[in-house]
Amino acid sequence: MFKAIAAFLLGIMVTAPAYAASQEIMINGSTTVLPVMQKVGEAFMNANPGSSLAISGGGSGNGIKALSEGLCQVAMSSRDIKDSERAEAEARGVNPYRIAIAMDALVPVVHPDNPVKEISVEQLRDIYSGKITNWQELGGEDAKIVVISRDSSSGTFETWEEIIMKKTKVSPTALMQASNGAVVQAVSKNKKAIGYIGFGYLNNSLKQINVNGIVAGAETALDGTWPIARELYLFTNGEPQGELKKLVDFVLDPKKGQKYVLDIGYIPLKD
Amino acid sequence: MEISGGFSGKSRFRALKQAGMFSVLRLAALINILALLIVCGFLLYNGLPAITWEFLTDSPRNSMTAGGIWPCIVGTVYLALGALAVAFPLGVASAVYLNEYAGGSRLSRYVRLGVNNLAGVPSIVFGLFGMSFFVITCNLGISLLAGILTLAVLSLPVIISTAEEALRQVPVNLREASFALGATQSQTIVGVVLPAAFPGMLTGAILGLARAAGETAVIMFTAVVFFSPQPVDSLLRPVMALPYHMYVLATSGTDIDKTMPLQYGTALVLLVLVMGMNLGAIILRDRLQRKRGGI
Amino acid sequence: MPIANKERLIHLGLAVIAFSSLLFLGLITFFLFMEGLPVFQYVSIKEFFTGSNWYPTSNPPEFQIFPLIVGSVAVTLVASVIAIPLGVLTAAWMTEVAPAALRRILKPVIELLAALPSVVVGFFGMIVVAPVLQDVFDADIGLNLFNAGLMLAFMSVPTICSISEDALFGVPKSLREASLALGATRWETTAKVVIPAAFSGIGTACMLGMSRSIGETMVVLMVAGGAGIIPEWIFDPVRPMPAAIAAEIAEASFRGEHYHALFAVGMVLFLFTLAFNCVAQAVSMKKA
Repeated sequence: MFKAIAAFLLGIMVTAPAYAASQEIMINGSTTVLPVMQKVGEAFMNANPGSSLAISGGGSGNGIKALSEGLCQVAMSSRDIKDSERAEAEARGVNPYRIAIAMDALVPVVHPDNPVKEISVEQLRDIYSGKITNWQELGGEDAKIVVISRDSSSGTFETWEEIIMKKTKVSPTALMQASNGAVVQAVSKNKKAIGYIGFGYLNNSLKQINVNGIVAGAETALDGTWPIARELYLFTNGEPQGELKKLVDFVLDPKKGQKYVLDIGYIPLKD
Repeated sequence: MEISGGFSGKSRFRALKQAGMFSVLRLAALINILALLIVCGFLLYNGLPAITWEFLTDSPRNSMTAGGIWPCIVGTVYLALGALAVAFPLGVASAVYLNEYAGGSRLSRYVRLGVNNLAGVPSIVFGLFGMSFFVITCNLGISLLAGILTLAVLSLPVIISTAEEALRQVPVNLREASFALGATQSQTIVGVVLPAAFPGMLTGAILGLARAAGETAVIMFTAVVFFSPQPVDSLLRPVMALPYHMYVLATSGTDIDKTMPLQYGTALVLLVLVMGMNLGAIILRDRLQRKRGGI
Repeated sequence: MPIANKERLIHLGLAVIAFSSLLFLGLITFFLFMEGLPVFQYVSIKEFFTGSNWYPTSNPPEFQIFPLIVGSVAVTLVASVIAIPLGVLTAAWMTEVAPAALRRILKPVIELLAALPSVVVGFFGMIVVAPVLQDVFDADIGLNLFNAGLMLAFMSVPTICSISEDALFGVPKSLREASLALGATRWETTAKVVIPAAFSGIGTACMLGMSRSIGETMVVLMVAGGAGIIPEWIFDPVRPMPAAIAAEIAEASFRGEHYHALFAVGMVLFLFTLAFNCVAQAVSMKKA
């Protein structure tokens, strides 16, 4: 039995370093960027049979953290890197290099049966800080508003906090969901709910609300009139080289990656 | 045994009360059976249509709205078998020490206390430990190996306690016969006790395997990724796994409605895998008990 | 002589391996405390435990875990209120009433129930139970304290039932016979003689069941709703400790404030389950 254990451990030790050299691009980060990279990644692997990708989605902070810890080669992020994160990465000898790959609009959504169609940025802030608690105040039915938010550590939440909440805090009664998909799930099943999701997650189980009289869409996001728009990024350690460069070029190619950006429901960059 | 009432009102009341209370007990038991049937039935009904050959043998495609779950099945099998390969020798050796050598010594009491408390540690704490120890401190990264080792620690208590139970069932006179023939203690253990206890230990091994295969919180930060369709070729690569895939499909993805059939399918495969192993362990144990009863 | 040496060596080797469980428990404790305690550089102990603002990513962040503790305790209570009667009554039915054939069916059913992967139970809670709670009970949201408690009860019944069953089964036959001979009905014997005699075993079962509920992660992550508030009623969403850890740890930068705070939450959770287990062990010792 000891022999078996010893053999097993020895096996691990001998084989591990050999395998560690096998090249695989690890991609980690924002669940907002994830669907794009997954779709583009699939196409990339089909186009380059030798290459291999592994994609995880823990959130923007997670991706940047993993990049600076050397746990991944590409970080996906739905927000810019923070100064503190850059400092931490540089302290570890990693130099985060930013690549914008698409535009995204955050869209407030409600259940399709909800009559409310229009809202202002101020009203959104009041809903999320707990000042407005009944749909009646927004011209809807007399029902409590169930506020659904993204988890406080997501890039989506941080964008929301920055653009909508300004300095006010999101009320603790808001339901914190771990992903865009979970928000979709929660809002589509609840007539009293309001949530916000990335543009790419819109589907007909939800109704999008106009903000300040503007309809969320590719044009309004690109020309800057949609108030809650943001760029989506990839971060690499220094300018991408070799296989990584191939991947990034593929993502930015208007006929390849950018086409999938549109398919997923995000807004391709204007060249 | 039945006390059928006398003629007084009081005893009739008592008999009625007994009948009433017994039906409450029966109801409680029934609720358990119903609960199991409802969950399994629900998943079978919704999941079976999703199970196709393609679903079982293909990689996820089209942002997880099509294709199958083959990499997840492979990942889960590797994680569980790997954890067992580490934990089973350790667990059996621990059990042999506790049962054959230590007796009721103070040391063995501490070890047992350790085993009992290890069994009660929440899985998320194992996950935290695996992340800070195996992933970061040991520098294994998020990898199959880190997951295997964390799961091994998690399943160790199950394996130890079933192995100990199995050793206890081995009759003392078998050992005495071996000693009488001049065998040393270690020879007796390897030649006589372990073979006799092996089937019982196998039950524990299967239970440990099932526990490791169904676990999510432990592997979330130690071993798994969202999407990695290639076959696993290294212990230092992250893998996909059924329970985590299930979680991801249910809570993220751009189009949850489109992945619904796949969610049911994945849940069913996971359920069949884990329940199948448990059922196997139960049947095995049942056979053993019957055989022992027959002697 | 060489044989004796070899024997001693084997003895020693086995002892070392046997200590691995203790070693792992020690390592787990050590890592939790090492990574968790530094949070008290940023927040005072009193504030950490009694404050009710959990804003881990605000600027400046606030780490006050009282709502998380309350969330955990609340789901465990709801689960226990459902699971303890169900588990103990089922066990009593199995040992005192059921014919042997039925018991042989029920035992594996309970064991299979224990084997349900938690992520599948969570999935069931999300897909089936949540809409029912919303539509039938008019809850604001189906992912809430009650849903989580119900699903956790599901997972702790098997633990409670099988340990209680062992305890009830262990009550000597002579006790039952004496009670019946005195003219008590079988129910009276069960309620007034057998269950009290097995009380410590049942207590252990309940403690271990509660320990399982409070430490369970996937179920509360998927169905508890995730709002960091102190619940006012049973259909309010909560954010129990394991859910907070699971949802946030991937995001927390390594050895940053948030990371330490989450390990500290893990530490608290660990101490909770340790306390449950110790009480369980103390109760079961008393029997002997």
